[in-house]
Amino acid sequence: MLLGKLTWSAIPLHEPIPLITSIIVLAVVFAVLGIVTAKGWWPYLWREWITSVDHKRIGVMYCVMALVMLLRGFADALMMRSQQAVAFHGPGYLPPEHYDQIFSAHGTIMIFFVAMPFVIGLMNFAMPLQLGIRDVAFPTFNSVSFWLTASGALLVNLSLFIGEFARTGWLPYPPLSELRYSPGVGVDYYLWALQISGIGTLISGINLVTTVLKMRAPGMSYTRMPVFCWTTLAANLLIVAAFPILTATLAELLLDRYLGFHFFTNDGGGNMMMFMNLIWAWGHPEVYILILPAFGIFSEVISTFSGKPLFGYRSMIAATMAICVLSFMVWLHHFFTMGAGADVNAFFGIATMIIAVPTGVKIFNWMFTMYGGTVRFKTPMLWAIAFICTFVVGGMTGVLMAVPPADFVLHNSLFLVAHFHNVIIGGVLFGCFAGYEYWFPKAFGFTLDERLGKTAFWCWFVGFIVAFTPLYVVGLEGMTRRMQHYDVAEWHPWLIVAAVGAAIIALGIAFQVLQLIVSIRTRDQRRDVTGDPWDGRTLEWITPSPPPTFNFPVMPNVEGEEAYWGLKSKALQQQRLFDEPAYEKIEMPRNSPTGFFVAIVATFMGFALIWHIWWLAALEFACAYAVFVVFAWRDEHEYYVPAEEVARIDRARRAARQQSWFEGTSA
Amino acid sequence: MAARFPARSFAPFGLLALGGCSAVLDPQGPVGQGDRIILIDALLIMLCIVVPTILGTLAFAWWFRASNTKARRLPEFTYSGRVELLVWSIPVLIVLFLGGIAWIGSHELDPAKPIAAATPGGAKPIEVDVVSLDWKWLFLYPEQGIATVNQLTVPAGAPIHFRITSASVMNAFFVPRLGSMIYAMHGMTTDLWLRADKPGTYRGLSSHYSGDGFSDMHFVLNAVPPAQFGAWVAAVKGKGGAMDRPVYTALSQQGTMPPATYGAIQPGLFDAISSGRLPQAPGPKDNQNAAR
Repeated sequence: MLLGKLTWSAIPLHEPIPLITSIIVLAVVFAVLGIVTAKGWWPYLWREWITSVDHKRIGVMYCVMALVMLLRGFADALMMRSQQAVAFHGPGYLPPEHYDQIFSAHGTIMIFFVAMPFVIGLMNFAMPLQLGIRDVAFPTFNSVSFWLTASGALLVNLSLFIGEFARTGWLPYPPLSELRYSPGVGVDYYLWALQISGIGTLISGINLVTTVLKMRAPGMSYTRMPVFCWTTLAANLLIVAAFPILTATLAELLLDRYLGFHFFTNDGGGNMMMFMNLIWAWGHPEVYILILPAFGIFSEVISTFSGKPLFGYRSMIAATMAICVLSFMVWLHHFFTMGAGADVNAFFGIATMIIAVPTGVKIFNWMFTMYGGTVRFKTPMLWAIAFICTFVVGGMTGVLMAVPPADFVLHNSLFLVAHFHNVIIGGVLFGCFAGYEYWFPKAFGFTLDERLGKTAFWCWFVGFIVAFTPLYVVGLEGMTRRMQHYDVAEWHPWLIVAAVGAAIIALGIAFQVLQLIVSIRTRDQRRDVTGDPWDGRTLEWITPSPPPTFNFPVMPNVEGEEAYWGLKSKALQQQRLFDEPAYEKIEMPRNSPTGFFVAIVATFMGFALIWHIWWLAALEFACAYAVFVVFAWRDEHEYYVPAEEVARIDRARRAARQQSWFEGTSA
Repeated sequence: MAARFPARSFAPFGLLALGGCSAVLDPQGPVGQGDRIILIDALLIMLCIVVPTILGTLAFAWWFRASNTKARRLPEFTYSGRVELLVWSIPVLIVLFLGGIAWIGSHELDPAKPIAAATPGGAKPIEVDVVSLDWKWLFLYPEQGIATVNQLTVPAGAPIHFRITSASVMNAFFVPRLGSMIYAMHGMTTDLWLRADKPGTYRGLSSHYSGDGFSDMHFVLNAVPPAQFGAWVAAVKGKGGAMDRPVYTALSQQGTMPPATYGAIQPGLFDAISSGRLPQAPGPKDNQNAAR
């Protein structure tokens, strides 16, 4: 009773693959913790990162989490591709009960704990800098958001060692996910992990929407904001509108599973079709939550590395907002094969196609941004060009499946799998990698190694094509997704090719890890002294790299689109820097461990609920309330950075600018 | 089954253009043919814009590379009404065109829409009731009074009307070479009309993941000449036990099984399953222990 459903049988002692994985992961975790302890880094980590409410630090932590989770999700991908490569006329090496967990975990992790944290991290990092402000609207909330997401990620990964993960696919369609057909804790891990991280995401959405709407620098009107800020606004509006639907839907499934409700059960008046409608009413906006920030990153990257302002800026804004609204009107295209009438299917099919219009406009505007520009093929630009080429193919196959009769033969096939990897890897992930390369020097003060970056890019790009083109083909050959084994000879060679593609991508990831290690080791030769390594156009490049906590010593006064480019051009024209401003003390939010404590409490509470350890759940709920009370009764929320300190930091920045712009060394 | 050579299925886009030999692109009935025409038409229409876009992107990026001294730089070229008109109208026109195809196609190829026999006044429609179970397919022939599991025999050239439901979780009924799929859901009936024009053996499967035994949840569809169909029914009729409530209940236990036939069916069995009057399938055996 004390431990609910939790017994020793939850530890996978009899299954070698999860057991060995668990041991290795635990060893790595303990090694890292050991090194941190031995080197005495805990106080630094605690002060500068764990309790930090600085949007830049939180953004970086989001991205680090995304990269770590990418390794986990990709390990799942490798297992799936190798299983399907060998499981022709045989069981392969992964039994169904394990294979089913792997593809469920792969999808869940890649969407919720790689793509989401990556885009949220980049938005967190760059958007306030681009808007010319010192932090987001609610800095402590921001920390809470991050730590709740981390708590969700931890729970998903805990399922590897204790119990099991869902065997339902990344969206747990009932009735399979109901207690009758999934009696284990797998679905509960899924549900509680996503409820916890979902709340984090919702808070983050509210935070970033408020930031864009209320906190821009003087003169930064809506039509002067960089397009990345616009796409951030659009994506976060979608988060605010869509994530409550996810939370409510998953709550209903939880009620079914925990309290015998009948929202989606086969009996008692439940209806699984309601789940599908609700989950996709969130799920389709979700893909735009991911892709819109990526569109924003590409807009910044293409404009910067073409040495031109973005072509059709207002058209881009209109397209972004059109996508934002339309994304709520298309959810039914995820289940044309449910048997709705022809009118309904046709309506949603056409609505889906209409989204292709603003998306197409964006593609053309990026092309015309390059037209007449001076294109520099730095690594971020390579990702951007590759994105356009792969994304139009992914978009095309998406529109193809929006035609209901075509979907009737392609739905749920590997063609579909190839399509959404085509847009999520070719769109979201390439965008995140472009953003990672682009803003890395801003975050850490040194650039990443270009040669290794380009090698990694080519491995990813080639590997992606080799891995997913075969999936389009086997989809047309009638292969459905999520098969643990098969006996159709035509599929086999293609699946071997796909596995080779996954191996090439693995090489790309290895080069990215190497790039990071090499760049850190040679950081002294690759310092970004000026804070403007790419000849940028937006306000983040006016700050030194890395920017001080307060970002801007005085709030920049924005006088047009491309605020920084305007200032830079003027300064270069006049051959002198602007006059030194009068420095004043700056009020900044204090660090707070609230987010970290909330996450600890949430993790224990989630774990207790998953295993039906009711006393612990109640205790943690009380603790959560206590954390809230302590935070609400805090006395000091802010501190001041003294004017002398501000002046010292900004004079150093000005000196570096003076040096690079007017005294000979390269700009 | 027509002989198929894996070598022919290389070069994915060439395959599309040639009509290819793979399942979805080599349909053996009118529904699949309709789906294929729409698929290929829509693809070709979009390729007309997608291929130039890719080439244009690469060409612009390459021509305007920083090291190209011949390129004319236009750093102020950031807006052009003409270009804007063009970039909005091209996708709009394509979508108008595709939207028309989608609207007409959705109505023409609605899975629930009855289809005619291959020849005018030809074979009359065959009724087949389909139940997806964990993890097998039960086919009931109400007119013939027989049932099969994991095998489906139909007369070539005759329209087949499937009424589909599920005894447990969701599945989808799909015969790739005949065309459209449709979901099987508990407590509901979905309708699907298909026709196999040529005698042959076609692979059918569940195209919606339904649990651990899902990968084995496939069946064979034998389309036989109409005369042979009667003979097959006669051979099955009255032999191999009846598909009645006890047999069905045993069948609804989780597991896989080889194809089987049943010489009789209990009248009203399908309606009892699809309306939820019969209890849903029990799910995993260790349910009682694991559940609360």
